[in-house]
Amino acid sequence: MSAEASTSEAKLPKDLAAEKGLVNVQIDGVWRQVPKGTRMIEACRMFGTIVPHYCYHPKLSSPGNCRMCLVQMGMPPRPAPGQDPTYDDDGFQPIGWMPRPIIACANTVAENMGIRTGGELVESVREGVMEFLLINHPLDCPICDQAGECRLQELSVGYGRGESRFVDMKVKKPKNVDIGPRIRLDDERCIMCSRCIRFMDEVAGDPVLGFTQRGTHTTLTVHPGRRLDSNYSLNTVDICPVGALTSNDFRFQMRVWFLKETPSIDVNCGTGTNITIWTRGETVYRITPRQNDEVNSCWMPDSHRLNFHYIDSEERLTEPLVKEDGRHREADWPDAIRRTVEGLRTGDPSELAIIASARMTNEELFLTKALTESLGTEHLTVVPRLGEPDGILISADRNPNTQGVKVVWRREDPGFRLGGIRDMVREGRIKRLLVLGEELTAEAGFTAEDLLKLDFLASSLLLAGPTAEASDVVLPGAAFAEKRGSMINVTGRLQRLNRAVEPHGRARDDWEILRDLIALVDDLPSTSPDYPHLIEDVFRDMAAAIPEFKGLNLSKIGDLGLPVTETDVTIPLLEDERARKAAGEIVG
Amino acid sequence: MAVVKIKRPDLRTGEKLYLGALFKGFLVTLKHAIDSLRGKTRGAKAMGSSGLGATMQFPEQRWDDSMPDYYRGAPALVTDEQDRERCVSCQLCEFICPPKAIRIVPGEIPSDDPWAKVEKRPKEFEIDMIRCIYCGMCEEVCPEQAIYLRKDYLISGSSREEMVHDKKKLYEIGGKRVGLVNKWNELK
Repeated sequence: MSAEASTSEAKLPKDLAAEKGLVNVQIDGVWRQVPKGTRMIEACRMFGTIVPHYCYHPKLSSPGNCRMCLVQMGMPPRPAPGQDPTYDDDGFQPIGWMPRPIIACANTVAENMGIRTGGELVESVREGVMEFLLINHPLDCPICDQAGECRLQELSVGYGRGESRFVDMKVKKPKNVDIGPRIRLDDERCIMCSRCIRFMDEVAGDPVLGFTQRGTHTTLTVHPGRRLDSNYSLNTVDICPVGALTSNDFRFQMRVWFLKETPSIDVNCGTGTNITIWTRGETVYRITPRQNDEVNSCWMPDSHRLNFHYIDSEERLTEPLVKEDGRHREADWPDAIRRTVEGLRTGDPSELAIIASARMTNEELFLTKALTESLGTEHLTVVPRLGEPDGILISADRNPNTQGVKVVWRREDPGFRLGGIRDMVREGRIKRLLVLGEELTAEAGFTAEDLLKLDFLASSLLLAGPTAEASDVVLPGAAFAEKRGSMINVTGRLQRLNRAVEPHGRARDDWEILRDLIALVDDLPSTSPDYPHLIEDVFRDMAAAIPEFKGLNLSKIGDLGLPVTETDVTIPLLEDERARKAAGEIVG
Repeated sequence: MAVVKIKRPDLRTGEKLYLGALFKGFLVTLKHAIDSLRGKTRGAKAMGSSGLGATMQFPEQRWDDSMPDYYRGAPALVTDEQDRERCVSCQLCEFICPPKAIRIVPGEIPSDDPWAKVEKRPKEFEIDMIRCIYCGMCEEVCPEQAIYLRKDYLISGSSREEMVHDKKKLYEIGGKRVGLVNKWNELK
């Protein structure tokens, strides 16, 4: 029977796969179908086999220089002239295994290819690669910040030989090198994977890193006269598989095995970068980006990553305060809430204004709107916060939830009343003010004198400052790492914040403060079925009122978020990444 | 697993009455009582007895000399030949400690320090001796051979705070330990 006859009667697997744009690949003895053009390493990953690697990163080009991902590959032998290919019972051609291994990260799959990720050859070459990598690697693990999340540690346990045969002196290289304001370099630990070099070149667009010298003396350095000072430099620390690049901020603060990871989102700009918050006890130790290919890929800017120390700062407000005879004293929560409501309700509602923040979650904004309606005022605004976009990840909108304000409040320009309210405060037409999460003397444009003109000022704030100082009642709120809730980013994606630590001291979740205010204004007892006990209840009410959230709840949002509205905003980093993926430069 | 049935030994009538064994026991006690009155208690000398019986008169008398090498007393930090703090605050002991008695705040060694190349040492190191169970896991896990269980057993204090050994106290107990690792010498 000829091959022609077999294809006409029953189609061969290769033709069946080709119709769907797939190819048949035998991975560790099992035939699989994967899309044409897939890298071998990704093909193996699809079916649960992780090929060990250092230099390969799906978002970066693949130079194939660590040699750790060596696998054995085989293709059908080339038929002699005039010879027909032979097929086995399942319709596959026999595989002729190549005698030497190839790298899985930079080679793509082909029809009827065989891949062996184990076996004598692969295991012995891996052991050899590991041995070479460890020749000059110092025994720094006890002082190395990477210990616990170090690829070299993990893979040497998995694939190394366990002991060193190397008797000569290790090559000395610079240690503890100051290469940038936020990064420390240890050249002895470097295994020359070049991930950082490629990241700075391809993603950050600031190619300052490179190798000098050759062979075992190869050294990672910054370009003479330059510093690794890009606002994306700390991503090199994340992708460094060893402890060669470490973050000055996190350096020697805590070993990673003590830290608890909480997925959440960044609140420093409208992009809403997905992050992991690393905590031990009630302390946040570091923040790292979390992969979300619809928002931030694998990266985040340093300025956002390091902006969490205020949570534990001296200025943090931890007790409810009420002002008596011009001095603040600590109060209990019911007292503070009662005084706030009394103060806001004294006099004409038209003299009352609420300045909320686009840094609040959708739930808080929803409750703020309900409170505004209960109090009977129309003066409700947020503070717009615009900056220069950086053309990578940082959005021009420095508020994380402007889109959420638009959706929840049903307003096209939620911040336009701010100027009016400010003027009315100056003219004395607004006498009472409730401020939620905004320092009025900062972006809102008030002066400390303006605040003195008010009869009553209540504020829910994180940090002490002129607004808290001028407030008759201060209600301490929760920081982004201390609360749950949802926000909508500039592209219209609904994302979720999770609680990593408890609010400090007696500070409370902002939505609970708002709930208590509403309950007192509306005289809503906690036994009422309308009284929200959990943030889920607030979301449920919100989902019933707002069509974009129909059928959703906090769990359904998931860790990667959901698109809920359409905007014409795109994230430049993702556009760039998609272009590079389309050009075949990266796996993506 | 197969069940093995064990037959109880057949006892004779005298044995069943157990009075004989009881009487034997009385005799042994009596012999020791008489020995002690005559000042001839076995082991009394070795134990440093004060006279009657083998009872050691603590605290006037101590058993420190007869303590075995493997005795596990208070955990303490040690310095090396050059008086360098061996501990690099890797926090493995803090991690392994079953009763969570250890608390470490790591810190960086300033660049003008002679041991700046070690880079890291504990800023604070506390062992809560109320919690410590003297298991010796910290000693076992230490990659720098910096923490040892010494022979100190008289750990007392009049408050909980006093029972927490800080870094100073730990080095005081630990002292210097020589000839172990040469990890941070010039050849490293």
